[in-house]
Amino acid sequence: MTEVKKTFPIKGMHCASCVRVIEKSLSELQGVSSAAVNLVTEKASIVYDPSRASDQDLASAVANVGYKAVLEQKLMNKDEQKQEKQKELKSLRNKVMFSLILGTFIVWGSFPGLMEFAPVFLRNNLVQFLLAIPVQFWAGLTFYRAAIPAIKHRTANMDTLVALGTSVAFSYSAFVTAFPQVMQSIGIEPATYFDVSTIIIGLILLGRYFEAKAKAGTSEAIKRLIGLQAKTARVVKNGQEVDIPISQVSVGMVIRVRPGEKIPVDGKILEGGSSIDESMVTGESMPVDRTKGDSVVGATINKTGTFTFKATKIGKDTLLSQIIKLVEEAQSSKAPIQRLSDLISSYFVPAVIMLAILTFVIWYIFGPVPSFLFAMLNMVAVLIIACPCAMGLATPTAIMVGTGLGASKGILIKDASSLETAHKIDTVIFDKTGTLTYGKPTVTDIVGDVLQLAASLEKGSEHSLAEAIVRKGEEKKVRFLKVTGFKAIPGYGVKGKVEGKLVVFGNRRLMEKENITFARLDLAKLEEEGKTVMMLGVNSKFRGLIAVADTLKDTAKDAVGKLRKLGIEVIMITGDNQRTAHAIASKAGIKTVLAEVLPDEKEKEVKRLQAEGKKVAFVGDGINDAPALAQADVGIAMGAGTDVAIESSNITLVNKDLRSIATAINLSKKTMRTIKLNLFWAFGYNVILIPVAMGVLYPFFHILLNPIFASAAMALSSISVVSNSLFLKKAKI
Amino acid sequence: MSTDKIIVTVAGLAGIIFIYWFFLMKKEKEVSVAGEVDITVSGGYSPEVISIPLGKPTKINFIRTDPTECLSEVVLPDFKIKKQLPLNQKVTVEITPKEKGEFGYACGMNMYHGKIIVK
Repeated sequence: MTEVKKTFPIKGMHCASCVRVIEKSLSELQGVSSAAVNLVTEKASIVYDPSRASDQDLASAVANVGYKAVLEQKLMNKDEQKQEKQKELKSLRNKVMFSLILGTFIVWGSFPGLMEFAPVFLRNNLVQFLLAIPVQFWAGLTFYRAAIPAIKHRTANMDTLVALGTSVAFSYSAFVTAFPQVMQSIGIEPATYFDVSTIIIGLILLGRYFEAKAKAGTSEAIKRLIGLQAKTARVVKNGQEVDIPISQVSVGMVIRVRPGEKIPVDGKILEGGSSIDESMVTGESMPVDRTKGDSVVGATINKTGTFTFKATKIGKDTLLSQIIKLVEEAQSSKAPIQRLSDLISSYFVPAVIMLAILTFVIWYIFGPVPSFLFAMLNMVAVLIIACPCAMGLATPTAIMVGTGLGASKGILIKDASSLETAHKIDTVIFDKTGTLTYGKPTVTDIVGDVLQLAASLEKGSEHSLAEAIVRKGEEKKVRFLKVTGFKAIPGYGVKGKVEGKLVVFGNRRLMEKENITFARLDLAKLEEEGKTVMMLGVNSKFRGLIAVADTLKDTAKDAVGKLRKLGIEVIMITGDNQRTAHAIASKAGIKTVLAEVLPDEKEKEVKRLQAEGKKVAFVGDGINDAPALAQADVGIAMGAGTDVAIESSNITLVNKDLRSIATAINLSKKTMRTIKLNLFWAFGYNVILIPVAMGVLYPFFHILLNPIFASAAMALSSISVVSNSLFLKKAKI
Repeated sequence: MSTDKIIVTVAGLAGIIFIYWFFLMKKEKEVSVAGEVDITVSGGYSPEVISIPLGKPTKINFIRTDPTECLSEVVLPDFKIKKQLPLNQKVTVEITPKEKGEFGYACGMNMYHGKIIVK
């Protein structure tokens, strides 16, 4: 094997002894003949045999001695693959042109009605033979190259059929050219069929060319995602800013992002803030504001401000990389609907060959004179018309486009079977807290002039409700007053002295304890709405109240409406008491509520509904939901929050938009429709046209399929399936 | 029936039986793998059927030597793996099976098949 030279950056070196250690470790690897490490450029150069030492071996050799090798294997490979693909396409195009041009000459010289106008030499069998040779054995070599090794494996494929069909037509014609008198002696006119062999090769190659081009379109989504990755990062080090390749960024580095620039990796803002366009990753079209302490996502675009952030996730851990991985995995998985075509495809080609032989025998025995010619041409037509490719492409191409389309809208689908199941969903269960609601209590009502006092008092408290009140105070820009003698009374509320007055703030029981009278009517009404009410008393006199509630997300009602429109039953599940639960549910437009359900009972509720014969989707976000998400037919997790939820869910909504649940179900319906149409085409095509090629219509209508038309139909069938999948891109979901 | 017709009928029937036997009654030879295996991709996969241990990582190296377009992609749907196989290059796939059973793999168009048996 040949040796090649490779240079790659090494991270973590700081002295000359590091150089020696790395060089030693690398050169001890099998397949590496020399290794040199440069401390200044922080790079290693090796001469090695790639077939004996992989990039992984190199990386681990460096890692074993405590450093990190940066091997951009993936990127380079992708480029090489692309080049290789383009080269293949170009050579395919040349072969198509070549065979179709030569084929046209042969048709001109041999087709009744046309041949009369052809130059005399074109009508000569020998000339046609010479023209057909390069088509058969150069352009058509690809069929033999695929068919012969397959036969060694005792398998047969598409290429076997084409190689067989064209070889039969070519050999017969070559025989006629060489020994016309033999044919004459048995009463058959010595006509050749070089037009059949050449045009079939040309058309089938043409079909492959278009199919390859169209297939590239089905993987566009993933290519777009990969293309989003930033190339460099502007790192701030010792007060200086340096641009470094993204592969060299490590966790903890401080990175500066200026307006219009791409955020290189995931991280947390240290200084500054900006409006950020996250649409490419989340599908959310409105830019979002991020300031100090907020998380930013790699590959998103900084619109207006300048900020610095600390890298928290790099390489394969970033959100974008995880999305890419998830989409790639989904596109590699198999939808259950594909099982039937799998089964058929394993018997298909041998069955077609057997049918072709049967066709020959039947035509030879029962066919009109010259029966041998009818038998041979119909056999060739059967071999050529059969198209196993269309069946093989029907499902995967639609899955590729469907999952890609989902990803572009912030809907990540874990695998093909999730995408398939989603269209059967008839019941959607929403977890309440954090899914339908923001999961954070907010102030909803303020009665009386109480906010300043309440917020001042609660500033010292750590209760989650206190946080809501302080936040409201900050929002309203109240002046926080000094509190002395602050005391939290668990289960009741808080008290303290503000500007010399005794202020108490808490629930009904606190008021009763402090002998403060209050308006019960207001209280009951707010509590009926599912809100938590806290009252404020100053010097034993009731001053007013503040109601706090976990509020419904803006999109919740719309999302529920969309699902109901699809005829789906919507259920809310929560640990809250009946009253609070019903109050929130009615705001969202949900009629069925499962309240007072303990976290570990959610899974049982899902099971119970499934036992009633329902196809259940569960929408949740937290770790507590993981068992229910896994139990549901389709588990839908909101946001890229917790890894556990994403792992146990089938669909992740990166865009955190509840309305995407209906979009996902619609996407599943559209994808399934495309798959079914594809399968119908692919199967219908073979089921109808193979018998036609065999000649079943001949006894009734004298219709036979010319092998040339058979090859045109076959080329069209794969293209139509792939194009139909591409139509899905345009679907409104 | 004339002699030639009888010959064609007999030869045709023999041909059909041969095709059936040749393609559909093939015995798959199972290769037991521990740790790592090279699979040559040329007109199919050899070895075609491999058996690997449950719960242990196994490296499968695909080396494609056949330029057929169809074979340029290998799909292991149960392991959610799809890889491009550049010509004459080793592409390694690592799997750690979590359940026993037979798992098929195939080319991108589902024309060539192989099987992984987890024991």
